[in-house]
Amino acid sequence: MKALLTGWGRTAPSAAEVVTPDDDDDVDRLLAQSGRRGAIARGLGRSYGDAAQNGGGTVINATGLAAVQAIDRDAGTIRVDAGMSLDELMHRLIPEGYFVPVTPGTRFVTVGGALAADIHGKNHHVEGSFANHVRSFTLHAPKETLVATPEHEAEVFWATAGALGLTGVVSETTFRLLPIETSRMLVDTERLDHLDLLMERMVEGDARYRYSVAWIDCLASGKSLGRSVLTRGDHAPLDALPPGAREQPLRYRAATRLAAPPWVPPGLLNRLTVAAFNEFWFRKAPRHAVERPESIPSFFHPLDGVRGWNRLYGTRGFVQYQYVVPDDATTTVRQSLERLSAARCPSFLAVLKRFGPGNPGPLSFPFAGWTLALDIPAGLASLGPLLDELDRLVVDAGGRVYLAKDSRLPPELVPVMYPELDRLRELRARLDPTGVLQSDLARRLQLL
Amino acid sequence: MEDGLGGVQSVLVLGGTSEIAIATLHRLIEDRTRRIVLAGRDLPRLHEVADDLRARGATTVECVTFDAVDTASHEGFIDDVFNRFGDIDLVLAAFGVLRDQHHAEQHAAAAVDVAQVNYVGAVSVLTPAAEALRAQGHGALVVLSSVAGERARKSNYVYGSSKAGLDTFARGLGDRLVGSGVHVMIVRPGFVHTRMTADMEPAPLATTPEAVADAIIAGLHARRGIIWVPVTMRPIMTVLRHLPRPIFRRLPI
Repeated sequence: MKALLTGWGRTAPSAAEVVTPDDDDDVDRLLAQSGRRGAIARGLGRSYGDAAQNGGGTVINATGLAAVQAIDRDAGTIRVDAGMSLDELMHRLIPEGYFVPVTPGTRFVTVGGALAADIHGKNHHVEGSFANHVRSFTLHAPKETLVATPEHEAEVFWATAGALGLTGVVSETTFRLLPIETSRMLVDTERLDHLDLLMERMVEGDARYRYSVAWIDCLASGKSLGRSVLTRGDHAPLDALPPGAREQPLRYRAATRLAAPPWVPPGLLNRLTVAAFNEFWFRKAPRHAVERPESIPSFFHPLDGVRGWNRLYGTRGFVQYQYVVPDDATTTVRQSLERLSAARCPSFLAVLKRFGPGNPGPLSFPFAGWTLALDIPAGLASLGPLLDELDRLVVDAGGRVYLAKDSRLPPELVPVMYPELDRLRELRARLDPTGVLQSDLARRLQLL
Repeated sequence: MEDGLGGVQSVLVLGGTSEIAIATLHRLIEDRTRRIVLAGRDLPRLHEVADDLRARGATTVECVTFDAVDTASHEGFIDDVFNRFGDIDLVLAAFGVLRDQHHAEQHAAAAVDVAQVNYVGAVSVLTPAAEALRAQGHGALVVLSSVAGERARKSNYVYGSSKAGLDTFARGLGDRLVGSGVHVMIVRPGFVHTRMTADMEPAPLATTPEAVADAIIAGLHARRGIIWVPVTMRPIMTVLRHLPRPIFRRLPI
């Protein structure tokens, strides 16, 4: 079926033939039959940019292959088809006392997408990204189908982590689960008046928490630059629950309560509305709270409560910009916030977090340092030059931009940010010599 | 590929010596554009333009022969460009002629030439160009129309009627391509100071190639369907379009 596709940011649409394979053999057949413009796998379409688009070519909808194959309680692992969503996994696993090893800010991603973007979550500083928890996966490449683990076909394994589908279509995947005693979180919250204070708190305290993230008000300036709400926590142990709640400690409910209207006026999220939201968000957070119980959806996936929230940005859509810079590049974080604040950039979702060490994936995004993520309306005038300027700050600091969220990076910066890009290219020469695997993002960033 | 902010990486210009096209390319190169194909009749002049574009930062600029009236060659020409250069993010149709109206009133050949280049030539080349964009599933097609096509004036109806035909064709094409990933944008400038209009008396609200270029960039960014340059042309033409003919033909325009 011909369909016009965009990423979650709803920019740069392209039309492709979307096909849904019935089984794994079908995947091989679709790869073999794809035409000159090739094929790419797509999950739930939560990449912000054009990673899972392939204009004029084939897009393989992987969400049809989504069965749980087995849970190994002794090893603490699960084997699933890659089209399985983290949302469904959580509904199945949490009542059984398990949690996914990594979750991003939305649970509406597939396991295959999680590997393809090598997603990270609030626990990256201690537990790394998704691929760090994967034991093995089956990869359908145009030339061969193989099973990769960190020991066997290690080069294929790591090159696939973060390669946005450009090594092949992942099917069965086995990964480690996190045992939990309850479905509640215990969360410490601090309201911090400026950036230095925030960074100091994170450096000194993050290691004590499994999960840590800070929300920053990008519109604050001067002495308030970087004013923020830092939330850190962990899964609540059984004995931390009030006696009444211990009856059903693993009860899990995640509902979408609201839906964004199908059409919103362009410019709904502007400087005034975002400033008002940010003020409210900052004020509503407690100045200091310790071990407040919270649900999993409210702690990890607050935006999933509003279906189609990306539509709030209007027809022009929005871009997400996320970078990581090394630990010592604190001035880069400050400078980038100064630029955003000076530009009165209406970002109501700016998130600062510390990463732990990265993994060997040549296109895997995280490495030890500071990561800042921003959502910005695409219609904002002079956004292009502003982000180009941030690119330069990031590159000068030895940092990089997250490709799974990108929609506007200049291609010449990719090899600078990802110096081992050639390892992916060499591997593709073996797995995909005729260049079947293609995407809009790969063409735009000249990855192939 | 077009990027999330409307930036384009590769451009095919039909009418590569057009001043509006060149001003637009200057702006595009400041952003993401690196690969350019210049098509036109005057190869030596195209090469001069190409040198300038390279000096400004374009990495690949190719000059190819294209003649709007040689309609038999158009399909092959478009195939060749798309095969050799890969994805084209933006096709800018900027060719056109403006002959002396008084001369054209007396000489059918001159009037036919205007119709052949501005309308027939455009229909002929934009048809395969639109198909090539549709096949790649993305891209923008920018068509330089004119406010002259909005309502035929006695002093400029030969040119105006050719642009009216082009404008109507492009509007229909744009509607057909909705959902295909291809975005058609019609540009309706008023009087633009260029070589083409150097001998003419400037009309009110006369604009420049640079101003048209800025409007094209902004329009691409916002994925607009029709843009007017300057924007005040839109209400003015709306009024003019609705004037009764006996009044309209008495206007000194």
